[in-house]
Amino acid sequence: MNILIFGCGRTGAALALGLSTDHQVTIIEQNPEALRRLGQRHKCKVVIGSGLDEDILVRAGIKEADVFIAVTRGDNTNLMAAQIAQLSYGVKRICVRVADPYRADAYRNLGFFCITPSLILAGMMTDWIDEKPYQTADAYNVIKNEVQI
Amino acid sequence: MYMILVGGGNVGAQLAKRLIAREHEVLLMEKDSRQAQRLASMLGENSIYVGDGCEIQTQRDAGFGRADVVVAVTGEDEDNLVVCQMAKTVWNVNRVLARVNDPSHEALFQSIGVNQTISATGIIYSLLDQQISSDDLIPVGALQRGSIEVVEAVLSNRSPVIGLAVRDLKLPPQTNIVWLIRDDQGHIVDGTTALQEGDTLVAVVPQVHAGALREILHPEF
Repeated sequence: MNILIFGCGRTGAALALGLSTDHQVTIIEQNPEALRRLGQRHKCKVVIGSGLDEDILVRAGIKEADVFIAVTRGDNTNLMAAQIAQLSYGVKRICVRVADPYRADAYRNLGFFCITPSLILAGMMTDWIDEKPYQTADAYNVIKNEVQI
Repeated sequence: MYMILVGGGNVGAQLAKRLIAREHEVLLMEKDSRQAQRLASMLGENSIYVGDGCEIQTQRDAGFGRADVVVAVTGEDEDNLVVCQMAKTVWNVNRVLARVNDPSHEALFQSIGVNQTISATGIIYSLLDQQISSDDLIPVGALQRGSIEVVEAVLSNRSPVIGLAVRDLKLPPQTNIVWLIRDDQGHIVDGTTALQEGDTLVAVVPQVHAGALREILHPEF
């Protein structure tokens, strides 16, 4: 599969390195310094620039992308990039990291697959403490109490 | 009308000031507390909300649920997009406007249901383009997000329209010469007005026809 990853932070880099053994991976990153996370020997194609810029997306091969993953540190940046991928280029499978659980919830209602790392972490730790088996991402990915996070 | 503006930079502050002067109920949201303090001393405490306009809880506190208009004017397109999208989908706000910095993003904003987008870059670019492509047609204003222009043209002695009446000019569609300055005096133009060398014409022209208007007034020699 052709996989396009926007954001070469820890998550983006780990994802890219893991996926690139079996898939064609392209990573878009604004800050060249962040690319050190990929190490010296990797098989990913790298495009420097913003994933909100359609010229950059095209250069990164969004027209052929099967999967688009937005994992920059900016929730709004991720959400906007995801919508460009969906509406302008019709990418079928899109995954967005959204740190704010309420914002994630709102966009989940619009049909986007949003992952909220803090909820998954809190959920898994709770299960570990209670000595329960771990659950699926979706089980953790929902707001359980009306608290300010 | 209750209007919420998100983003307390220059655009937001000036806009809030004008809307308050028109006696609308205005709330300007700014997440930086020091900037919010400056805005409060300028616009009054009651018109400022310190908080991130992209967060649902803040939006609830600010009263998105009863807003008639939400305007997103931060400097970041992604923030403006999320504000508008939340306003539309979570709070069902009737009219939502966005400032768009990258003109290529305008289509996305419109496709998610934003009622009006305003792209300063796009407007300035089209004006600049006009200025570069012609020294003879000077842009003085823009209407309809730059698609209609108000231009000024000084008739040189080479202009083929000198001596002609305005009604005899073959002006492009939807184009009108509305005003003329002659000997430092302004004159209203009608069909019978005869044009003279040195006249400064003020015309309203759709941007797409600006080139045709230039051809009529000042064809390339």
